[in-house]
Amino acid sequence: MQDGGQSGDIDKKRRHFLTAAATVVGGAGALATAIPFVSALSPSAKTKAIGGPVEADISGLKPGEMQIEKWRGKPVWILRRSEESVAELSGMSDMLRDPDSEVEQQPEYAKNEYRSVKPEYLVVVGLCTHLGCSPKYRTKDDSEGLGADWKGGFFCPCHGSKFDLAGRVYKGVPAPANLMVPKYQFISESIILIGEDSVGNDAGASS
Amino acid sequence: MERIIFLFVIALLWPLTGSATSSDPSVYKADVDITDKASLQRGARIFVNYCMGCHSASYMRYNRMGDDLGIEESILQSNLMFGTEKSGDTMTIAMQKEDAEKFFGIAAPDLSVIARSRGADWLFTYFMTFYRDDSRPFGVNNLAFKDVAMPHVLWELQGIQKPVFKIIEREDGTQQEVIDHLELETPGLLDSDGYQNTVNDLVNFLVYVGEPAQIQRRNVGVIVILYLLVLLVIVYLLKKEYWKDIH
Amino acid sequence: MSKLINGGVKLLNNTLGWIDDRFPLTKTWNEHLAQYYAPKNFNFWYYFGSLALLVLVIQFVTGIWLTMYYKPSAEHAFASVEYIMRDVEWGWWIRYMHSTGASAFFIVIYLHMFRALLYGSYKRPRELLWLTGMFIYLILMAEAFFGYLLPWGQMSYWGAQVIISLFSAIPFIGPELAEWIRGDYVVSDVTLNRFFSFHVIAVPLVLCGLVGLHIFALHEVGSNNPDGVEIKKYKDANGVPLDGIPFHPYYTVKDIVGVVVFLIFFCLVVFFNPEMGGYFLEHANFIPADPLKTPEHIAPVWYFTPFYAILRAVPDKLGGVIAMGASTLIFMALPWIDRSPVKSIRYRGWKYRTALTMFVISFVVLGWLGMQVATPNVTLASRIFTVIYFLFFLLMPFYTANDTDKPVPDRVT
Repeated sequence: MQDGGQSGDIDKKRRHFLTAAATVVGGAGALATAIPFVSALSPSAKTKAIGGPVEADISGLKPGEMQIEKWRGKPVWILRRSEESVAELSGMSDMLRDPDSEVEQQPEYAKNEYRSVKPEYLVVVGLCTHLGCSPKYRTKDDSEGLGADWKGGFFCPCHGSKFDLAGRVYKGVPAPANLMVPKYQFISESIILIGEDSVGNDAGASS
Repeated sequence: MERIIFLFVIALLWPLTGSATSSDPSVYKADVDITDKASLQRGARIFVNYCMGCHSASYMRYNRMGDDLGIEESILQSNLMFGTEKSGDTMTIAMQKEDAEKFFGIAAPDLSVIARSRGADWLFTYFMTFYRDDSRPFGVNNLAFKDVAMPHVLWELQGIQKPVFKIIEREDGTQQEVIDHLELETPGLLDSDGYQNTVNDLVNFLVYVGEPAQIQRRNVGVIVILYLLVLLVIVYLLKKEYWKDIH
Repeated sequence: MSKLINGGVKLLNNTLGWIDDRFPLTKTWNEHLAQYYAPKNFNFWYYFGSLALLVLVIQFVTGIWLTMYYKPSAEHAFASVEYIMRDVEWGWWIRYMHSTGASAFFIVIYLHMFRALLYGSYKRPRELLWLTGMFIYLILMAEAFFGYLLPWGQMSYWGAQVIISLFSAIPFIGPELAEWIRGDYVVSDVTLNRFFSFHVIAVPLVLCGLVGLHIFALHEVGSNNPDGVEIKKYKDANGVPLDGIPFHPYYTVKDIVGVVVFLIFFCLVVFFNPEMGGYFLEHANFIPADPLKTPEHIAPVWYFTPFYAILRAVPDKLGGVIAMGASTLIFMALPWIDRSPVKSIRYRGWKYRTALTMFVISFVVLGWLGMQVATPNVTLASRIFTVIYFLFFLLMPFYTANDTDKPVPDRVT
């Protein structure tokens, strides 16, 4: 039992040091505890398995027609362009924000005028790069409200973004970038594997 | 007095490490070591070749198994995956529940967590104690699982055992014939040790499949406990420092 | 540099002042921590209150995460638990924290309640504190019961079947009542869905409210202590109890030590023995629920087994249910049946000490008996210990009234 002079006995330095040490070490532990909770929210093994590559049979696709596949829950468009449409792609540059696909929205093998492996077939993720709505396929003949020089392409009903038949974004619309081209490869003349290319990497193009 | 009660309560509350299944009839003890990847790989092969004809492990993914057991994707595809091409798939089977009920009278249970409900020793004993019993549909019975509906799928490896009986006297004085032990009647491809090793690999694999995260669990656990011990020292010193004020 | 720090401190103080003008932040902090005076002589038994709060937080957080992946349907429930165990990153850890937390909750609460029996913490003026605590305990049992159905294993299913059937013992309305609780003729998908709703939202809300009441009640009357004397009797010139010390920092730093020690034991189970030999996660619960086949040996989880043993000890359906209900509710009578002038066991006479020892033994033995197969010997033993269990309460007004109590000191020792 000691009375008086309490404050004199207190080793303030030691007290502060121990408080700081407990805060730092305890805080580090709390932070480490948060890691499992945060990572538990990312896609699970099941989600990843379901999000694996999908095969698409394009044998029945005629020029000018588009077919929609589901990959990772997203719509993937496979468009067979007519020869005329392919030819018109080179003349669009003035109207487009990124005509040469400088922004990484496609694998290396799709960084060309057609934004595809084969000029005839376009494969893109059908989600607008603005806020994720799925644009509509509008042919050349179906140009109402899109301007007289509409050469066919995609129009987003949500906020009015426009893309050409290579998925390239127009100038003066809200969408910032071209439509995303997923990794894909032709397994045969008529079968496309979406989500995986011959490099063996099954991730998407940019994400 | 207080101390006695305290010790008493602690002694009673912390012995919960025993087994709640008081009557475990297992004769054999499995030597489980799920860090032994070679054993697990052998077990996986036995499971895929012998068990997956009828049983699934529908919560287990092939690619997870490949990663955990150190099996390359190409070997996984060619040697262990027969029902599917996608390594992200689970180990399901083609047999329909109705068909199984027709063949065996009962659907073959999924084996994902069988090691957790039965225990490794029980499984080991089960695989060891099939014996010839001509009164059963498949001509075999089992010491661990009386009147089991499953045929002895590993009989080629083990051979065929026959029961040796003995007479015991019951409490009421009557006599009863019971199985004393099993005797190898027709030898199999493997000798006794070889078969036991094979069974052990299979059981080892089933224990792994029951909880694939268990290696990670123990590894993380060691780090967590070490961390908490360090933290304990610090917070104890902190407490002592502050409590110097209290007289 | 120092200018910057001073500026920061000033800003912080201003902000605090702004808040305090509108919300009692500093006031609450002082009333419940910095100027809440707790007796300075707390011992080992006084850790379990804060530990119960810790476990509550663990259960809340892990429960929220489990709810993100669990599917409350008879078809998918079992698979979704295995999905959490395998496919969700760290899902196994979150699930084991929750399953271990359930058992840890009861260990902590039982020790917390035993502390009250040791030091007479339920006695005047803490009757309401005791009652709110008892309600927490009852609600916790409901929470554990609802939660145990969710994995939809064999034990989940048949455990729920048995417990719900208890209600069918009630005369006249029993069978209809049991059906109403299940929402079906047997425990089914419908039952699972409503149990899920109760487990994740209804009961936790009530639990939170009761915990709040419990803490408010505590901070009104002040903590009891191992000597069972009121520290508020002797105050200094400032009105601070002479034997009291501010909860913060003294008991915060002390409770943190308790928390870390607890976490060491807790993590030893979570990481190295999550099944706890079949006590925390029962083996039969790794078999999906099968309404056509009862497991050979069913027993409730360990924390219910003392009451289960009492249920089985009575050879009458309604009688057993009443005895079981009474065995939990009778704790509520303690403040009024204990007639001793002394609170703490330190100054109680041999009668109460013997009675408490017998009670603890009977509680533990009943717990063990509740796990065993009901052979005639087990039933006989259950009956004997059930009688001892109840005699502790029923005879209390007599043996506490004229015990050989020792004189209680004025101040804590």
